[in-house]
Amino acid sequence: MSNSKNNNKLALTGGYAAAYALRQIEPDVMPIYPITPQTPIIETYAKFVADGEVETEMIEVESEHSAMSAAVGASAAGARTVTATSSQGLAYMHEVLYIASGMRLPILMVVAARALSAPINIHGDHSDVMGSRDSGWVQIFCENPQEVYDKTIIGMRLAEKIKLPVMIIMDGFNTSHSVENLEILDAKTVKKFIGEYNPEHSLLDIENPVTYGPLALQDSYFEFKIDQEEAMGKASGEYMKITKEYEKISGRKYSLFEEYQSEDAEKVLVLIGSAAGTAKDAIDDLRKKSENAGLIKIELFRPFPFLEIAGALKNAKEIMVMDRAQSIGSYPPLFSEISVSLRNVHEARISSMVYGLGGRDVFKKQIERILEGKFKEKYLT
Amino acid sequence: MMVLYTNKKICYTDFMKYHKDTIEIIFFARGGQGAKTAAEIIAQAAVLEGNFVQTFPNFGPERSGAPTKTYLRISNQAIRTKEPVVDPDAVVVLDDTLLDSQKVTEGLDKNEALIINSTKSPHEIRDRIRFDGKIHAVDANGISMSIVGQPRPNTVILGKIIKVMEVVKLESILEEFRKIFEEKIGRENCEKNILAIEKAYDSI
Repeated sequence: MSNSKNNNKLALTGGYAAAYALRQIEPDVMPIYPITPQTPIIETYAKFVADGEVETEMIEVESEHSAMSAAVGASAAGARTVTATSSQGLAYMHEVLYIASGMRLPILMVVAARALSAPINIHGDHSDVMGSRDSGWVQIFCENPQEVYDKTIIGMRLAEKIKLPVMIIMDGFNTSHSVENLEILDAKTVKKFIGEYNPEHSLLDIENPVTYGPLALQDSYFEFKIDQEEAMGKASGEYMKITKEYEKISGRKYSLFEEYQSEDAEKVLVLIGSAAGTAKDAIDDLRKKSENAGLIKIELFRPFPFLEIAGALKNAKEIMVMDRAQSIGSYPPLFSEISVSLRNVHEARISSMVYGLGGRDVFKKQIERILEGKFKEKYLT
Repeated sequence: MMVLYTNKKICYTDFMKYHKDTIEIIFFARGGQGAKTAAEIIAQAAVLEGNFVQTFPNFGPERSGAPTKTYLRISNQAIRTKEPVVDPDAVVVLDDTLLDSQKVTEGLDKNEALIINSTKSPHEIRDRIRFDGKIHAVDANGISMSIVGQPRPNTVILGKIIKVMEVVKLESILEEFRKIFEEKIGRENCEKNILAIEKAYDSI
């Protein structure tokens, strides 16, 4: 965030920041399941609709499974479509996530990432979104409300460019319910940036009839899936192009990942989401004590930037990966991605730890201990 | 009384204890008492004055009547940490029955302040909780009942908080209050609330 005093005009929660960006995007359709576990995004946006500030068609449905199904229908019909969910809601959508991506529908979904039951817990962690990591959606993570606002706008443009659905992910509660300063663009600039949505194909274009999601058996299903992988492969490049353009209108720079003091660092921490803020403070403190530490904060998790990560970590001697989710029975998700990125590239020591499950707080002192090599456990409890 | 916001920057460093860049406050209340609203009004007022803020509830299960904790940070620099506040510069208690169950003075030292909505005197409160720091008691319920006609301790206590902490100017709080509430509760009610905030500000 800019330190310029003239620009820190607003303070909003991450949820409100997403709703604010969506108001400026003004999608055609927003199918929603408005009951727990939902985010404040939906109630905020519903107020914008009720106050006549936007003309979006909000469709209230009876479950998240139906919300995503309605989103699939609306998007296939040619509407600019968004929705939002969290936790069990995302889990309940799971089946339809694959339909959205398989049909190459540019749906934007904002997710406040939260724990999954059982036991019951409503707090922030990455278990829900990590459960969707292979569903064919682009996954973009945010550290704070500013990033939520910016990446919601960037995400809409990206989805429509690459014809893939995009998830904009913030940490539940830590970001979704935390009021923080942010700068916003004016509505005209946002509208111009995302442009009119003119889908190449749509079900309502009866002059050019198309079929979405038909039967594709042994002779063609495989090719559809290869195409999806190729489309996803192009997402990083397009994301970088769009973020560069966004930087011109906002002054804020985004990338596949953020490198914080990591370029010359011997010890590099890798994590995702809101804990990056605490980690940056920890790294500043450690650098004062001449500890050579840095941070890489992953922004684009799908597609995962393997090559770029390998390049960014090439000088690191020790890499500590902090996951806010498990992959029970295997290594945690981010650790696996980092390990694969570095295979055959170099011989840094990579360690894995899990933190923050079910909303467990993480403290600067704990992160400092990790970087100082004093923490040897698997779980940062 | 209408004071217009002036764009003058104030330097907080004089009273930022221990050379901290950031002022940290914890609000103790019960679910539904509006601690989050109170913290957000101060935060927005600080934003008006060109500062950086962060406020978030301690994410326990939110039930009406259950004890809640809300954190507020104000700084002249961008705030990155997501840690809960554990070493506050002041603690605000909206309901003195919480003293029975919550360790409200944890992390407060003798140079720091406890601001509490209570009919009891600071002396009586000190007897109860064994705390060496400054205790600022204000009968926010009483002030609210006599001026507004309803118990609204969460906004009334704002007057006391900023009198003690000086984190923002009274005018900024009032401006922010009007912005949020004038349309919702009507002009007359809004001005009554503002009178009550001013009364808490002036109370000894």
